[in-house]
Amino acid sequence: MAGEYILEMRNITKSFPGVKALDDVTLKVRPGTVHSLLGENGAGKSTLMKCLFGIYSLSMGEIFLEGSKISFDNPAQALENHVSMVHQELNQVLDRSVMENVWLGRYPMKGCLVDHKKMYEDTKRIFDSLGIDVDPRLKAGALTVSNRQMIEIAKAVSYDAKVIVMDEPTSSLTENEVDHLFHIIEKLKKENTCFIYISHKMEEIKRISDDITIMRDGKWIATEPARELTTDSIIKMMVGRELKERYPQKNTKPGDVLLKVQKLSSLTPAFQEVDFELHRGEILGISGLVGSKRTEVLETLFGIRAVGEGQVILGGKQIVNSTPIKAMKNGFAMLTEERREDGIFPDLSISFNMTITNLDQYSKRCLLSDTLMKDRVSSMMKTMNVKAPSAKTKIGNLSGGNQQKVILGRWLLTNPDVLLLDEPTRGIDVGAKYEIYQLMNQLAAQGKGMIVVSSEMPELLGICDRILVMSNGRQAGIFDAKEVTQVQIMEASAKYI
Amino acid sequence: MNRLKNIFHEKSMLKELLVEKVIYIVLIALFITVVVIEPKFLSFTNFKNIFAQSATRIIIALAAGMVLIVRGCDLSTGRMIGLAAVISASLMQQAGYAYRMYPGLNELPLIVPILLVIVICALLGAITGTAIAVLKVPPIIATLAMQLILYGASSIYFDRPPYGAQPIGGLSKNIIGIATGFFKMGRIEIPYLILIAIAICILMWVIWNKTRFGKYMYAVGGNPEAAKVSGVNVIRTQIIVYSAAAVLYAVAAVLEVGRIGSASNTTGNGYEMDAIAACVVGGVSMSGGIGSIGGIVIGVLIFTVINYGLAFIGVNMYWQYIVKGLIIALAVVIDMRKYARRK
Repeated sequence: MAGEYILEMRNITKSFPGVKALDDVTLKVRPGTVHSLLGENGAGKSTLMKCLFGIYSLSMGEIFLEGSKISFDNPAQALENHVSMVHQELNQVLDRSVMENVWLGRYPMKGCLVDHKKMYEDTKRIFDSLGIDVDPRLKAGALTVSNRQMIEIAKAVSYDAKVIVMDEPTSSLTENEVDHLFHIIEKLKKENTCFIYISHKMEEIKRISDDITIMRDGKWIATEPARELTTDSIIKMMVGRELKERYPQKNTKPGDVLLKVQKLSSLTPAFQEVDFELHRGEILGISGLVGSKRTEVLETLFGIRAVGEGQVILGGKQIVNSTPIKAMKNGFAMLTEERREDGIFPDLSISFNMTITNLDQYSKRCLLSDTLMKDRVSSMMKTMNVKAPSAKTKIGNLSGGNQQKVILGRWLLTNPDVLLLDEPTRGIDVGAKYEIYQLMNQLAAQGKGMIVVSSEMPELLGICDRILVMSNGRQAGIFDAKEVTQVQIMEASAKYI
Repeated sequence: MNRLKNIFHEKSMLKELLVEKVIYIVLIALFITVVVIEPKFLSFTNFKNIFAQSATRIIIALAAGMVLIVRGCDLSTGRMIGLAAVISASLMQQAGYAYRMYPGLNELPLIVPILLVIVICALLGAITGTAIAVLKVPPIIATLAMQLILYGASSIYFDRPPYGAQPIGGLSKNIIGIATGFFKMGRIEIPYLILIAIAICILMWVIWNKTRFGKYMYAVGGNPEAAKVSGVNVIRTQIIVYSAAAVLYAVAAVLEVGRIGSASNTTGNGYEMDAIAACVVGGVSMSGGIGSIGGIVIGVLIFTVINYGLAFIGVNMYWQYIVKGLIIALAVVIDMRKYARRK
């Protein structure tokens, strides 16, 4: 039986004081396959992987690699045994070259000097075999995020990995790059490498997976061949309840024009002549490849970036949002893309994180009213369905979905007219995504206008009224979301490249 | 088997708790050692002295704490105090004193020199803050530059004819009275210094926890990018923090002048290090965003107890430095451990 599975994690149980994070979970991976691991945030996927890599010790259970029992003490040991991981967050030394990053900690030596020539050649060979077109001598920091992701994969390959764990590898990749990644995976599969693939993106999982294991609340739910599962049946198992549709029906129609953006260009040459209207109650999507300057458009509207030329007209009046403070005064709100970097205050409480943008409301004669803050925060936590022990819980301890709900709540408390949402559902589980979509519909019904940037095309097609496509810093068109196809959007995305 | 594991878990939790509180354990141990060697240490007078000695240091440490919370660092503390000390002392000399800096000047009401140094320091602090917030000079460099400039300026002010580099003494009874006097409650005497420090702590607590500015201060230190996007005026908050810290330095300087009875250009030298050390021991995070008034007060008291207690049992002063250094290192090691675990 040893030959059937390359990796077996049997009856894994992991308890933390007060919590059973994993309860009798079994994962069996066949050689030369992609095995997707699915579950909502907090289902225990990462914990299971941490157990594999020895970051956590097992409370119970056994792990077998190629039939022999193993127990790694740390990730380095796992690497030595050809089990590697591509992390969601890239841990790279940005000021050093690509090849140094690949061979970090195990540089080829010539006597007591580092053999740069060999390092270059080895890196080049791996890159060529994977079709990665990057000069190994470049600084890692000079590369795009997607290329850096590719390099992490090349690094995993350089360890002659038999098992590669990928945690949300496509979260910052465009469709073309995802294709490239999948091409690499297929190639490595033929060499009998197997993958454990963690992602929230259903389309990708359906496309790439051979087997799928679904987890929920730290328990194993099912392992099935991918072709026998439908997206709906997967979601049903993940959330343990039926989600009739992935996107809630939007019942309201856009009203009057709320915001006119006329020939807007950024001061630094990021984008030129973006021109659109946003209506009350409308959800306008912005689509485009990574690097097409979608985020920059939102940041310019919110006063984070300087305007070069063009006008912004809100409710018939010309406005200039030169700083976020001015933008907020004009009724704008912005949910940023990098929640950890510029969204949350990780060491501070939910209450602090929710009230920091609108402290004026709670000021009474220069002092802040605790009761008022407590009331608003607890009612907003209810509205947003934030799952947390109390408002005093540190936001850093919450799951991504709950953090996002807190941040959205923060902005709703400022009662904005225009919401700029940059990747509002990135890294969030299916259930929380649905809740956020529902909330967006409610906001639309209240007459608010929303501009949503997203890399997930089905999401934009599912929730938006219209979709603006950016291509290389220029506006490539605005489409009605009901009529446009993914192919048309892709074509527009490539218009100015 | 499972039970055994649970016990093991509880043990490791206890261990974590012990590690986190080890600084307090060390200090309690030190304290007990002092008491065992010299039981007389436990007297009201000693405690009064410890608190009175801590009073100005607490005010200075609160200022340094604000700066640390916004991810800053202030090396100009001591020299700023020095400048405020010489200026205020020169204007608080008794009318009849022989070596007056301004012989023709009438004795001013106390409030005039105090307000004057507060305004001067507030401006200087705002300049440092502007260099850091607007011109993006790294705090350590900006305040190092300010430190040198202030030392030069206070020395020029101090060391000039007719009397040259002589300590400015002969201070008015009023300021000496405030800094060394006490409030009598029956047989108990409470120094005014302690009362002033308590009042400032309460005021600061309200500002840090109950005002917009206080919340913004924690926000800027916790995550400057998020603060900016959340509509916090990061630049203004930073400038106000440096300026407010400087105001506290000015107040502390006047009290120090009164306590010592004179001032020179070396008054306050090195106070920044004491203040930063007290903040570190008191749990203010070196990476910003975390810190409390209570923690800082405890941090200061700890150092005073070490100073006073070790001197009381006759420990060589050089050894006291070694003990203090070890405690600072220990505090930072613990701070970093907490941080590492969070990651």
